[in-house]
Amino acid sequence: MDIPYTVEARPDTGVYNAKVGIWLFLSSEVMLFGALFSAYVLIRVGTPAGEWPHGWQNLTLGTLNTVVLALSAITTLMAWVACKIRQFGKFQFFHGCTLLLGLTFLCIKMVEYHQHLNHYEIHLTDGRIADGDMLQNNPKQDYVVIKGRYAAYEEDLYDLRAQKNLKETEIKIPRSQIKDMQSYGPWHNDYLALYFTLTGLHALHILGGSIVIGYLWGPGRRLWKTDPERFTNRVEVSGLFWHFVDLVWIFLFPVLYLT
Amino acid sequence: MDAIVEQFPPYREREAHAAHDGHAHHEPGFWRGCVFSTDHKVIGIQYGFTALCFLLFGFFLMLMMRWQIAHPGQPVPVLGPLLEKMLGPTQAPKGAISAELYNSFGAMHGTIMIFLGVVPLAFAAFGNYVVPLMIGAPDMAFPRVNMASYQAYVLGGIVMLVSFFIPGGAAQAGWTSYSPLATSIPTDGQVFWLIGMILLITSSLLGAVNFIATIIQLRAPGMTWLRLPFFVWAQFVTAFLLLLAFPPLEAAGIMQLMDRVAHTSFFLPTGLAAGGQLAHVSGGGSPLLWQHLFWFLGHPEVYVLILPAMGIVCEIIANNTRKPIWGYKSLVYSTLSIGFLSFIVWAHHMYLTGMGTKIATFFQATTLAISIPSVIILTCLLISLWGGSIRFNTPMLFCLAFLPMFGIGGLTGLPLGLAPADIYLHDTYYVIAHFHYVVAPGTIFALFAGIYYWLPKMTGRRMNEFWGRVHFWGSFIFMNVVFMPMFAQGMEGMLRRMADGGANYSAARVPGVPDTLPNDIMALHTWILWGAMCLGLAQIPFIINLFWSLKHGEETHSDNPWQATTLDWQTPTPPPHGNFAQVPRVYRGPYEYSVPGHDTDFTPQNEPEIAKPAAPRISTPAH
Ligand code: HEM
Ligand SMILES: [Cu+2]
Repeated sequence: MDIPYTVEARPDTGVYNAKVGIWLFLSSEVMLFGALFSAYVLIRVGTPAGEWPHGWQNLTLGTLNTVVLALSAITTLMAWVACKIRQFGKFQFFHGCTLLLGLTFLCIKMVEYHQHLNHYEIHLTDGRIADGDMLQNNPKQDYVVIKGRYAAYEEDLYDLRAQKNLKETEIKIPRSQIKDMQSYGPWHNDYLALYFTLTGLHALHILGGSIVIGYLWGPGRRLWKTDPERFTNRVEVSGLFWHFVDLVWIFLFPVLYLT
Repeated sequence: MDAIVEQFPPYREREAHAAHDGHAHHEPGFWRGCVFSTDHKVIGIQYGFTALCFLLFGFFLMLMMRWQIAHPGQPVPVLGPLLEKMLGPTQAPKGAISAELYNSFGAMHGTIMIFLGVVPLAFAAFGNYVVPLMIGAPDMAFPRVNMASYQAYVLGGIVMLVSFFIPGGAAQAGWTSYSPLATSIPTDGQVFWLIGMILLITSSLLGAVNFIATIIQLRAPGMTWLRLPFFVWAQFVTAFLLLLAFPPLEAAGIMQLMDRVAHTSFFLPTGLAAGGQLAHVSGGGSPLLWQHLFWFLGHPEVYVLILPAMGIVCEIIANNTRKPIWGYKSLVYSTLSIGFLSFIVWAHHMYLTGMGTKIATFFQATTLAISIPSVIILTCLLISLWGGSIRFNTPMLFCLAFLPMFGIGGLTGLPLGLAPADIYLHDTYYVIAHFHYVVAPGTIFALFAGIYYWLPKMTGRRMNEFWGRVHFWGSFIFMNVVFMPMFAQGMEGMLRRMADGGANYSAARVPGVPDTLPNDIMALHTWILWGAMCLGLAQIPFIINLFWSLKHGEETHSDNPWQATTLDWQTPTPPPHGNFAQVPRVYRGPYEYSVPGHDTDFTPQNEPEIAKPAAPRISTPAH
C-alpha cells in the first residue's frame, strides 16, 4: 500500500496531505510569534513612562523592506498560478523574483543590524553621555571617534521622534574619559532585545523559506517533468509558508518601527 | 453517514500501482530498515526503546536523590565512587552529592522523565506504532518528517546528557527553569538545557503535525470520526496540545537563551542582584513572563502526559471486559473539552505570585471546570467494568490499578486548584505526591499495560504472565510506599527541592523552635528510600521479561491473540511495510464486543455486515 492523498485531495476533507501539514505547522507558528508578541506587550506595558524608545529605526530601510516583502507575496502567488496553468517558464521567472526579493530583504536587514551594532552610547567620567555611530575604535589608539552628540541625561536618548534635526558632529573621546561604553545590541535595553529577537527569528524564517524556494527553483524542478501536479502542490505549500512570514512582518513593522 | 463513506475512491489505482512495482514486498536493509527508517512501526519501536532507557536513567537520578535526602552528605553507596570519577570532586566530593549536584539531578530528573521519557513513550512510541494501524493507514502521512522527529529527539537527548559533564554541571533550576534563577546560576548547563529543549520541542512539533495530518487524511474508507478507537482520539487531542502549547515555551526558551548568551534582560528585572552584587544587565524584564509562558505549556503538557495513557487504558479495558466501552461519546467529548480547557488554567501554578483575587478566581473556576471532564472519563472507564466477565491478565491488572491511582492524583489536585489551600501547599511535597500519583502509578502503569498488550503484535510472542504479575504487584505496592508518605510530609510543610531533605528545618536540628518538621515526618524519608529501591527491584523482572520474550516468549499463533476488534489486530504479525495487504474497509464502531447473535464475542471493525438471517437464531419463546 502506498500513502494515499499525497497529491490528489481526499474527497471528504478536500485537501491533500501536505496542505493539512502546512496549515498545522503555521498554526504552531502563530503560537510561537503570538507568545513573542505577548512578551512584547507585557514588557512594553511594564516599562516606566517615557523610557520606551521611539524613532530608533531607520524608517527608509524598514519601509523599503516592507515593499520588498509585499512584492514577493505577489510573485509567489504568480509563480503558483503559472504552475497551475502549466507555464513553466513563467513559474521560473516569478519564483526567481521571489528568491531575489527574499535575499534583498535579508541584505537590507543586515545593513540595519550593522547600523544598530555600530551605534554606541558612551558614559563619560564627567557624567555626560556621548551617543553616535562609531567611526574609529581601534584598540591600539587611546581614543575613539564617533559621529554623534552629547546628552546630559539618558532620558534624552529615548524619544528621537521630535529630535529630527539633531546636529551630529565628529567627537573624539580619549579612552581615559570613558566610564562605560555599550553598543545598541540586544543587551542595550528591552526594546532592542525584542527588536533583535523578533526580527532575527523572522529573518531566520525568511532564510528558511528562501532555501526551500531556491530548492524548488533549482534542483527541485526535476519533479516538474515527472509529476507536475505534485510539483505545483509543493509550490503552493511553500507559498503558504512565505505568505505567513510576510504576514508576520506586517505586524512587526508597525510594532517595532512605527510606534 | 454510510452514504458519505461510500464516496471514497477505494484506492483502486493505488493498489494496482503498488502491486505492479512490488513496493509492498520490498524489505529494506539494516541502515534503512533500523536506523534511518521511515516506517512508522520502526520509528515507534525506536522511540519506545530510547524512551525506556531515559526512564531508567531518570529513575537512577531519583534513587540517588532519595539517598541524599534520607542521608544528607553521606557518600552514595555503590554509585558514589563512579559519580566522583565521572563528575569530579567538586560535584560529588568523596562520592557524596553536593547541593549543586542535587539541584542538577532534580532538574534533570524532571526534564528527562517528562520530555525524554513519558511523552516520547506515550505519545510518540505508542502513537507511531498503533495509530496508523488503528485507522487502517499504510504509514504516517509524512514518513520522512517522522524520521526527522525521532532524530531531533535523540539529538535533544544527547545534548541533555552531555550537559552533565561540562564544567559546572547540568542545569540546576528545576524542570521549570524559572528566571532569574536559571539565568544567574553560573553553569552553562542551562544553555545546554535550552538548546536541548528547543530540539525536543522541534521533535514534538514535527510529530504533532504528522499525527494530526495522518488522522485527518489517512483514515481507511468507512473509518468515520465516531468510529475511531478512543486511543486515536486521545492521541489526536494530545497532538493538538503539543502543537499549540509547545511554541510559547519555545519562544520563552529563545528569550532565556538570549538572556544567557546575548545578555538581554527579557526575564531579568531592574535592580537584580546575584551573588550579593548588582547584576550587570540592562534590566526591565519580567520574571513573571517566564512563568506565564512556561505554564502555558506546562499545564497542557500534563494532559499530554495523561491523555494517551487514558487511551491505552480504554482499549485494554474494552478488550478485557469483552463489552463495549460505556459512554464512548462522553469519552470523546470530554477529551475534546479537556483539550480546550487545558489552555486556560495555567495560572493555577502561580497563585503565589500575587495575581490578585479576581484573576485567581478565574483560574480557580477553570481549574475546577477541567476536573469535570477528567472525572467523566474516569467514571466511564469505571462503569465499563460493571457486569463484565473480566480477564485478569497483566495488561488489565495495570489498567485496573491505573483507575484508583489516577483517581488519587486527580482528587488531590482539587485542593491545589483552590488558591487558599494552594498558598499553603504550594511547593511542598504534597504537590510532588499529587503529580507523581497521576504520572507514575497513573501514566506509567498505563504505559506498562500498553507494552504487555501490544508486544504480541510487534513480535508475535507474549510476555510471561507470571513475571508480569510479579512486576505488577511489586510496582503497585512500592509506588504507594514511595508516594503516599509525601502527602503527609507536604501537609506538615516540608518544602520540595531541598538538598538536605529539610534536615535544617527539622525538630532534631533546631529543637524548641515552633513549626519545625517533626521526627516521624523526617523518618519517612528512610521509608521512601527503601520503597524506591524495592520499586527499582520490581522493574528487573520487567526488563528481563521484555528482552527474554522477544526471542523465547510463548508464540501467539494468531494475528489477534487478545481477540480484539480494532484494526491494529487485523494485520499480519508483525505488520509488514505498508501494514495491510489490502486497504481495510470499516463497517462499525470500535468496541463491538459480545454483540448478541454473533458467533464470536468480538466483531472486528472491518468484518463485513453479514446479511441478517430472516429468523432470529435463538428462538425466543412465543408469548
Ligand atoms: C484532575 C484535576 C487536576 C487538578 C485540579 C490539578 C491541579 C494542580 C495544581 C493547582 C497544581 C499546582 C500546585 C502548586 O504548584 O502549588 C498542580 C501541579 C501539578 N500537576 Fe496537577 N492537577 C490535576 C491533574 C493533573 C494531571 C492529570 C497531571 C499529569 C498527568 C498533573 C500534573 C501536575 C504536575 C506535573 C504538577 C506540578 C508541576 C510543578 O510544579 O513542578 N495534574 N496540579
Ligand atoms: Cu496545571
